[in-house]
Amino acid sequence: MIVEPKNQSFVSMTVREALRDGMAEEMQRDKTVFLMGEEVAEYNGAYKISQGLLDMFGAKRVVDTPITEHGFAGLGVGAAFGGLRPIVEFMTFNFSMQAIDQIINSAAKTLYMSGGQMGCPIVFRGPNGAASRVGAQHSHCYASWYAHCPGLKVISPYSAGDAKALLKAAIRDPNPVIFLENELLYGHSFDDVSSDPEHVLPIGKALIRREGKDVTLVAFSLMVGKALEAAEQLAEQGIDAEVIDLRTLRPLDIETIVQSVKKTNRVVSIEESWPFAGIGSEIAAIMMEHAFDYLDAPVVRVTGADVPMPYAANLEHLALPQVDAIVEAAKAVCYRGD
Amino acid sequence: MAYPISPEKALEAYGDMFLIRRFEERAAQLYGMGLIAGFCHLYIGQEAVVVGVQSILKPQDSLITAYRDHGHMLAAGMDPKGVMAELTGRSGGYSRGKGGSMHMFSREKNFFGGHGIVGAQVPIGTGLAFAHKYNEDEGVCITSMGDGAANQGQVYESYNMAALWKLPVVYVIENNGYSMGTSIARSAAGPNFFGRGQGWDIPGEKVDGMQLLKVQEAAKRAVEHARSGKGPYILEMDTYRYRGHSMSDPAKYRSKEEVEDVKQNRDPIDHFRAYMITTLKVSEAQIKTIEDKVKAVVAEAVEFSKTSPEPDPSELYTDILKEGSATL
Ligand SMILES: Cc1ncc(C[n+]2csc(CCOP(=O)(O)OP(=O)(O)O)c2C)c(N)n1
Ligand SMILES: [Mg+2]
Repeated sequence: MIVEPKNQSFVSMTVREALRDGMAEEMQRDKTVFLMGEEVAEYNGAYKISQGLLDMFGAKRVVDTPITEHGFAGLGVGAAFGGLRPIVEFMTFNFSMQAIDQIINSAAKTLYMSGGQMGCPIVFRGPNGAASRVGAQHSHCYASWYAHCPGLKVISPYSAGDAKALLKAAIRDPNPVIFLENELLYGHSFDDVSSDPEHVLPIGKALIRREGKDVTLVAFSLMVGKALEAAEQLAEQGIDAEVIDLRTLRPLDIETIVQSVKKTNRVVSIEESWPFAGIGSEIAAIMMEHAFDYLDAPVVRVTGADVPMPYAANLEHLALPQVDAIVEAAKAVCYRGD
Repeated sequence: MAYPISPEKALEAYGDMFLIRRFEERAAQLYGMGLIAGFCHLYIGQEAVVVGVQSILKPQDSLITAYRDHGHMLAAGMDPKGVMAELTGRSGGYSRGKGGSMHMFSREKNFFGGHGIVGAQVPIGTGLAFAHKYNEDEGVCITSMGDGAANQGQVYESYNMAALWKLPVVYVIENNGYSMGTSIARSAAGPNFFGRGQGWDIPGEKVDGMQLLKVQEAAKRAVEHARSGKGPYILEMDTYRYRGHSMSDPAKYRSKEEVEDVKQNRDPIDHFRAYMITTLKVSEAQIKTIEDKVKAVVAEAVEFSKTSPEPDPSELYTDILKEGSATL
């Protein structure tokens, strides 16, 4: 249910505050919504996303769990089957690997297996992707893993306003939603946060963050910022890049990408994760299916290196997509070498 | 009168504990200087646990733990230079800079990591024990975990298999009272981790993990049990971490008094030092010699960790698969 109220004003806040406000408003609105996870209550969240929520809502609705991801993910699914709307925080999505069986086999598939009787209104949220210098087991983007699975919705916002309005949409959604945040964005401020508690964004709608006519840069989460930076640099070199912030990965907003490509005829996809079977692979396939006649160059993927994340500072830098690589890729699809 | 430990062995164990303490203090400094980054979990306060257990092991025995692993590596005899250089992300580190604080290994010393996922090391350690039994090498695997990790489901799946197949594994639960900011009272129903193997008849005991000799004594019993083919054993070590969970934790969930009280009254190093002097009649001078030696070793490790070069960029794509497989 999408509500687009009038007279709304937009304020500036950090992604961290926006997520907290989004949860607080939904908890206020709906008594069945509760938050559960490691360190979410008394510690106010490992990354302070749930700051103040215990004080506001009490221990019944803001629940510290033991370190038992598989257990509390499954418990959350059961609570959702039982009529509640759990928000399950993973301290980071790396630890959702402990729980992935419950997320996919129980949360995502049960509606189908029950012929539509069941349903699992649950949000799994937390930071996803590389943080900084924490090594392979703590730096991993799971976007394509979850986006692979029917029965799930997968959201990965960039700005604070989107984080809040899409988290609210996720909480209100009757399906299991994977909500992928980014630790490095938590402290960033954006001035696009609606103060209207009824402002909710549609899941499955991308946003054109920068209009351009020469090449389409497709990104999500932290990489949107890199794409925007790259677009600035490209502008200096006479290339006018359009930047699409996907916002939702499943269902993917194919229409917005196709419309953009009809104009630019060129696509570069950018993601932090590994290249093989990534979001970029899907975008390339979709371009073949939906926009083949409009392409003037093969789709190019800018991705993380095809290796587990190294710890060393210099190697980590090499493993992650950098602005330079995006600029180079955009020039390549525009056939503009130096 | 026979003491449980000779003065020579005592000095050795003291040196090992002192090495861990000193190493960790210097690591904290390097972190403050920005030379170490990311997560870095210090072992200060828990030294007697790993040194006590390690001191009674045989060369074929193996050791595995989570991310609070610097102490385990030093106790296992790994080179402090290589450990510190891994912390700084340099090519001279045990993982050539690619693993960092939480992910280090030494096949030579039978140290199997260094794992960042809470609880994941427990089935792996059980598998190492499976291999000991399979290979009939008479080895025992010491599988360390925290009190928080002890709540993961895979721990109990491991207990079942280890008991079922009588695997030579000793589960060492390093109960330092907290998993990050959560006290055990708020995370564990029933405070007795040592008793959680009861359903499978796995013997368990609670040990004062701040007293080296108590740890040694219990570890001997446990390891002997496992080595003799009787299956797993659980040791719950009552211990304490002095620092925050990692370098970014201000540790507001506990009082200064609580920490000070342990430091004043239960410090494993002070306690053992006093024992050596009063009971074993070891001299201050002997102790000082050991301490000076350790300080020099750590200073050398720090220097090495600063001067060892960063890994070559080509290292980004090495070590992903082993050579020699049958693909293509
Ligand atoms: C599966 C998983 N969940 C959560 C985390 C985040 N985390 C890292 S350490 C830790 C606390 C573990 O406490 P404990 O097992 O008592 O060990 P200690 O840190 O006290 O040595 C948590 C929650 C993680 N690394 N892995
Ligand atoms: Mg603990």
